[in-house]
Amino acid sequence: MKSAVVQLPGLNRDRDMIAAITKISGTAPVTIWQTETEIPDVDLIVIPGGFSYGDYLRCGAIAARMPVMQAIKAKAEAGVKVLGVCNGFQILVEAGLLPGALMRNASLKFVCKEIKLEVVNAETDFTRAYSKGQIIRCPVAHHDGNYFADEETLKSIEGNGQVLFRYAEGTNPNGSINDIAGLINAKGNILGMMPHPENLIEAGHGGSDGRGLIASALEVIAA
Amino acid sequence: MINARVTVTLKNGVLDPQGKAIEGALGALGFDGIGHVRQGKVFDIQIETADRAKAEADLKAMCEKLLANTVIENYTISLA
Repeated sequence: MKSAVVQLPGLNRDRDMIAAITKISGTAPVTIWQTETEIPDVDLIVIPGGFSYGDYLRCGAIAARMPVMQAIKAKAEAGVKVLGVCNGFQILVEAGLLPGALMRNASLKFVCKEIKLEVVNAETDFTRAYSKGQIIRCPVAHHDGNYFADEETLKSIEGNGQVLFRYAEGTNPNGSINDIAGLINAKGNILGMMPHPENLIEAGHGGSDGRGLIASALEVIAA
Repeated sequence: MINARVTVTLKNGVLDPQGKAIEGALGALGFDGIGHVRQGKVFDIQIETADRAKAEADLKAMCEKLLANTVIENYTISLA
């Protein structure tokens, strides 16, 4: 399984993601720089967190319109798995690869803490290491994670089982509608989520609940 | 040269926590009778052309492609 991590000016969680992928799969991902228009032959593309292009205009808006995203879009349409975490999720919704929008946190404050996630759908390429209804721990760190979608879109993503993670046990940190923390596209190969599974993969992190997600995406049996 | 102004506002029904905070702050400053407050963005854009129809069409494309997120935002265009 070959993977790639996207690097854009302002993204700052790329090194954490590269470390997590390398530790879990034993192979370092290749990196994709903002100017690239041809994506190497990989099975998984990860857009990590941070503040791409300063998050000017709207979070992820400028990154979503860079040529590299057109190339990633083409790969995603061809079935390559794409995982967007935090700013990566914001970029995916701005690019129209996932429905809805991510707005300013309802508290208006940047939140950086650990929350609980309920695994809503464990039958996907990203969540098969978990079981339905399982509650896992995961860190969040964002200012704009308040997921919004109109009623019709909401009905369709809920009906199709596209919501993979919900904030659980009253830990919704941002006011997201239906407590949505992560969702997948209808085809099942593009996942966007606000929490950071790459920051909870080993004892040094204080837990490894996030490891299963990355192991599932990389098709590695979870340790 | 055409001076254009694009105004981007949140659609009705989209929660606006920033507008709510501003609404509260105005009340706290002692302004009476403040109803709902919704905040938005303004872009002043200069375009080097005399062709107003083309400028308007270009501005519309700019809004659709970048300036507004039409999932949650509306936009209006005015030419000076």
